[in-house]
Amino acid sequence: MIEIFGIPSQALFGQLLIGLINGSFYALLSLGLAVIFGMLNIINFSHGAQYMMGAFAAYLILQYSGLGYWPALIIAPIIVGITGVIVERLFLQWLYKLDHLYGLLLTFGLALIFEGVARNYFGSAGLPYTVPESLQGGRNLGFMFLPNYRAWVIVASLVVCIGTWFVIERTRLGAYLRAATENPTLVRAFGINVPRMITLTYGFGVALAAFAGVMAAPIYNVSPQMGSELIIVVFAVVVIGGMGSILGAIVTGFGLGVIEGLTKVFFPEASNTVIFVIMAIVLLVRPAGLFGRRA
Amino acid sequence: MERVVDPLVNKPSAWRTRSELIGFLIMVLVLAVAPFLTYPLFLMQAMCFALFACAFNLLIGYVGLLSFGHALYFGWASYLSAHAAKVWGLSPELAILTGTATAAICGLVAGSLAIRRQGIYFAMITLALAQMMYFYALQAKLTGGEDGIQGVPRGRLFGLVDLHNEMAMYSVVLAIFLAGVLFIYRIIHSPFGEVLKAIRENEARAISLGYKTDRYKLVAFVLSATLAGVAGATKAIVLQLASLTDVNWPMSGEVVLMTLVGGLGTIFGPVVGAFVILLMQFKLAPIGEWVLVIQGGIFVACVLLFRRGIVGEIANKLHIRL
Repeated sequence: MIEIFGIPSQALFGQLLIGLINGSFYALLSLGLAVIFGMLNIINFSHGAQYMMGAFAAYLILQYSGLGYWPALIIAPIIVGITGVIVERLFLQWLYKLDHLYGLLLTFGLALIFEGVARNYFGSAGLPYTVPESLQGGRNLGFMFLPNYRAWVIVASLVVCIGTWFVIERTRLGAYLRAATENPTLVRAFGINVPRMITLTYGFGVALAAFAGVMAAPIYNVSPQMGSELIIVVFAVVVIGGMGSILGAIVTGFGLGVIEGLTKVFFPEASNTVIFVIMAIVLLVRPAGLFGRRA
Repeated sequence: MERVVDPLVNKPSAWRTRSELIGFLIMVLVLAVAPFLTYPLFLMQAMCFALFACAFNLLIGYVGLLSFGHALYFGWASYLSAHAAKVWGLSPELAILTGTATAAICGLVAGSLAIRRQGIYFAMITLALAQMMYFYALQAKLTGGEDGIQGVPRGRLFGLVDLHNEMAMYSVVLAIFLAGVLFIYRIIHSPFGEVLKAIRENEARAISLGYKTDRYKLVAFVLSATLAGVAGATKAIVLQLASLTDVNWPMSGEVVLMTLVGGLGTIFGPVVGAFVILLMQFKLAPIGEWVLVIQGGIFVACVLLFRRGIVGEIANKLHIRL
């Protein structure tokens, strides 16, 4: 067996892979947070709960209609996205003129509601969700064993992240979005329905979280608290990256996932806290975040 | 943040202090009689949480900073206080001091990091730092991990008064609570407090007037963390227990909820809010996880429908300050 820095290469690459998987979820979630924050000026605290809802939606779709992973990967984000649209119309739209903090408090309340309901119906223990047949097994790369499903998660989230970046930065629709972020009044004067764009943006951001949730379902168990544990780490990721740049959110997400994975190899006690420590260091050295613009 | 517009700006100042004084006297009276009518243990716990909420309110209500990680100071003060009383065998007053000092140090470190960013980032940073210390509490030897620190002796106050006597303990907690509230009142109405309010209203302008706002914010943060520490340290002695619940993020959310329900930026709001929420949890304990849903619902209702909170609404209706 080959050893690198005194660590068996199997373990090293294994943790690197787990790091990349976690990084995929950090990237997808912080991307959604950044997109929502850009348009709504709200930090969506319920993002973790909506990620959890995505996983549960996939689970329920399998239970009640027998539809498996692939249909769920499309249907679950749409359903959760629609609940997002409803949430925006019912609650969030009244908050845009208020201080940002009220948006955080309201979505925190929503997160408690979603998580509480899930716990009531499904208990706190995790429910299993199997890897789709087409992605079972794996391949031996010579230096490590790569399960097919994990490879798929990394590739799929990269594609979705870059796709989102492309839409926002390189298309006409994205130009409207960016313009509405800068100056909504002026964009409305050009005859673009900005409130509807805001609603759909929220729906899209939430759907992104749900998509991540469906992908996470076969890896972690489906459980009510899967989101709340993750969202706080994602907040730290967002503080480190800054929300000014889409590409920044993606790079920071993957990067921190990898760093976390490596920490698990070299200094396992700190693997839970390493992202927070990095956040503290970034705050000391570059208070605006790695990709942030000074407000 | 939207706040109660001070209705008394143009009225004689005697009135201002009077409504607050009357409110304070009513509170003292109620808390003096209450232990004869209901469980003293519940009241003591509620007073600890009320002080915790008041400490939190000092930041959000008067400086406009939303800390989403106040469980860090409450929980770690509670750990150190419990550890000092149980393992080091310190007397209760010294144990509480130990816990408080811990919270102050944590507040200084976390505060100096968090004030480097504003608004929404401030909330996320405080939450993340608190979560980091939660993970540390999970692994550290001192905290007892999942078990927490149980069977903390209440000991003898100054080596004289046996605090296992429920009424003696109650008097001590009441004294600490009232002293805490008066201290916060004093801060708010001092020249220092006026600067804090100026920062809340318009930080850029306060800077242009020559105030080093970062220093003011840091001092306010440390004060708030320290007072949260007093509450946590006292709670550990009262309940003879320090556990992971006290340092985890739902505790940070709970103190936000208490303050929001009672009224942000009011003196008595957090106290009322703490009692209301604790009473609710106590009464609703049988329905299990639905409590979480109800708490979430209250959050949503408060933000959408009554942002002034209970005390804020009363003060607004009666045109007084509370």
